[in-house]
Amino acid sequence: MSASATDATAAGLPEENPWGAPPRRRRRKITLDRAFFMAVFLGLPVAVFVIFVVIPIGQALFYSLTDWSGFSPVMNVVGMDNYVKLLHDDTFLKALRNNVLLTIVVPFVSLVAALTIAVVVTTAGPSTGQVRGLNGSGFYRVVSFFPYAVPAVIIGLLWAQVYDPAAGLLNGMLTGIGFEGFTDYAWLGEVRAAMPASMFVMIWANIGFYTVLFVAAIKGVPAEIYEAARIDGAGRFRTALSITLPSIRDNVQTAYIYLGILTLDAYVFMAALNPGGGPANSTLTMSQHLMNTAFKKGQFGYATSMGVVLALVTLIFAALVFTVFYLAGGREKKPKRNTPAFFAHGRPLQMLKAREGSQEEEVRR
Amino acid sequence: MSAVTLDNTAAPTRRSGRRAPGDALVAGTSHTMLILWSVIVIVPFCWVLLSSFKTSKEILASPFSLPAEWSFDNYVSAWTKAGIGTYFFNTVIVVGTALVLVMLLGAMCAYVLARFEFFGRNFIYYSLLGGLTFPVFLVIVPLFFVLQGIGLLNTLPGLIMTYVAYALPFTVFFLYAFFKTLPDDVYEAAMMDGAGEWRTFFRIMLPMAAPGMSGVAIFNFLGLWNQFLLPVALNTDRDNYVLTQGMASFSAQAGYNVDFGALFAGVVMTVLPVLVVYLIFQRRIAGTVSTGTFR
Repeated sequence: MSASATDATAAGLPEENPWGAPPRRRRRKITLDRAFFMAVFLGLPVAVFVIFVVIPIGQALFYSLTDWSGFSPVMNVVGMDNYVKLLHDDTFLKALRNNVLLTIVVPFVSLVAALTIAVVVTTAGPSTGQVRGLNGSGFYRVVSFFPYAVPAVIIGLLWAQVYDPAAGLLNGMLTGIGFEGFTDYAWLGEVRAAMPASMFVMIWANIGFYTVLFVAAIKGVPAEIYEAARIDGAGRFRTALSITLPSIRDNVQTAYIYLGILTLDAYVFMAALNPGGGPANSTLTMSQHLMNTAFKKGQFGYATSMGVVLALVTLIFAALVFTVFYLAGGREKKPKRNTPAFFAHGRPLQMLKAREGSQEEEVRR
Repeated sequence: MSAVTLDNTAAPTRRSGRRAPGDALVAGTSHTMLILWSVIVIVPFCWVLLSSFKTSKEILASPFSLPAEWSFDNYVSAWTKAGIGTYFFNTVIVVGTALVLVMLLGAMCAYVLARFEFFGRNFIYYSLLGGLTFPVFLVIVPLFFVLQGIGLLNTLPGLIMTYVAYALPFTVFFLYAFFKTLPDDVYEAAMMDGAGEWRTFFRIMLPMAAPGMSGVAIFNFLGLWNQFLLPVALNTDRDNYVLTQGMASFSAQAGYNVDFGALFAGVVMTVLPVLVVYLIFQRRIAGTVSTGTFR
């Protein structure tokens, strides 16, 4: 726990704003120098973005309406045929179901676990004195974030070895403590076990990142609120539910959407754990099916229509999350979030405070 | 509020002592839970590290014993025979170049968007925002042909440009918020002193944004080093493989004849650079996580 000055820089913030007043902006005269400058500065990045992102999106929408195989110039516009075909593609529907299952289970479990850890390491310390986290919480934070720094493929390969029936770590440990039934249990080879085992890997890989996110968010909640709750006699559990959770609602929502998008894709983990889609396609995802259809079977038109469906499902998911959080009371928070005192220079003021807080404050939370 | 007061009639007496009796219980349970979790995180990595020093035969025969002798043979064979060395250099070139380019282009774009008013500014900003949310799988097939069309398919420059394009939105968003906070007076003072727009940006604004830049750079580094999908689809020439891709094919192609020792050594060598970056910058990463998502 170093001094707060380094913390401010660590957050990527200017240490302080010696000019005090918020930045003014005024419309300036467009000179030749300025026009050239803007053309280059905006033109280059936007050109890269247009060539590699915008144009491919447009093409994707078009290809999805054709029967293009990719390598022949023959391309017939077949309208919605690809989409109708998708409705009857059992493998794709199975993959869609797998994706939906992943998107229900993985974000929920990951976020509940991450929230629990974050709450414990920030506010579950002794109930006398200042509100603070458990001792040694820095260690847990560093350790649990670590999987995020490891490439997802490597995590997949690593766990494929851990799950290995004969020489794997998991079966070795299970038999070691007396479960002889697991001598050569194929975790990724059994229809019943493959999906839960894969889900566990994704959860394992994600908890740390969201723990760090929530820890930062909770530190942004003014300490006085916790002091007040304690004086009113609220216990740890009550505080977590009535104070911490509502205060960081926006972060939880963002995290839910990020994680949902990640699990709708899920390609990297699944490709590393079960390249073939698992026993009886039990872990096949839409993205894997798309890659096979495009690059192995050469049905590019059909494959892009899967991409469009995947994008649609992602949008629907995001809309659902927004709706649920809105109905669950997110709207009550909005006016508060928008009050000018809350924002400084386009950034929540409370966050700046948390970063600029005294060293003592940094240590105790 | 009444509920809070109601269920806490006993609270004042319980908390009046120097140490509340519940604290030890809560701390004990929490520590047990967290230590268990840390073990689940750490043990697989230790197991891989340990195995990377054993022969394949040793790994299959006694997966959990210490290696009979600590030899670096696996590392040598992974580096040379399995091609990890080549993949490593490819990755360094691709990630290094893409990182420099995306930081420069991202800073330029964010600077203009944040500090100049012109027609279409919001449109560009929100288009980039849209680029952050859609799945890459939607475009992977057309992207293949776009790269083929401009002759960059299966080349490192092609991969670099794609990396730049897909890391650009995140970079722009983060730096946009950052450039917005820089004071206008500095800009005007620079103008007054006769510096042009270019000079003002490179000599004054960019250095002032350095803390924000470094935060984003770390995140981009982790993201690009871990990239897998783009190389798998767009970079199929074995000589141009990057590490993640090379590792995946190394483990897949050999099937049951896989050289386990070398595989584990490869894992260690892939993880090590990011582990070092992570341990050095972990506090800054924690800060960046919060800044990036509070926006």
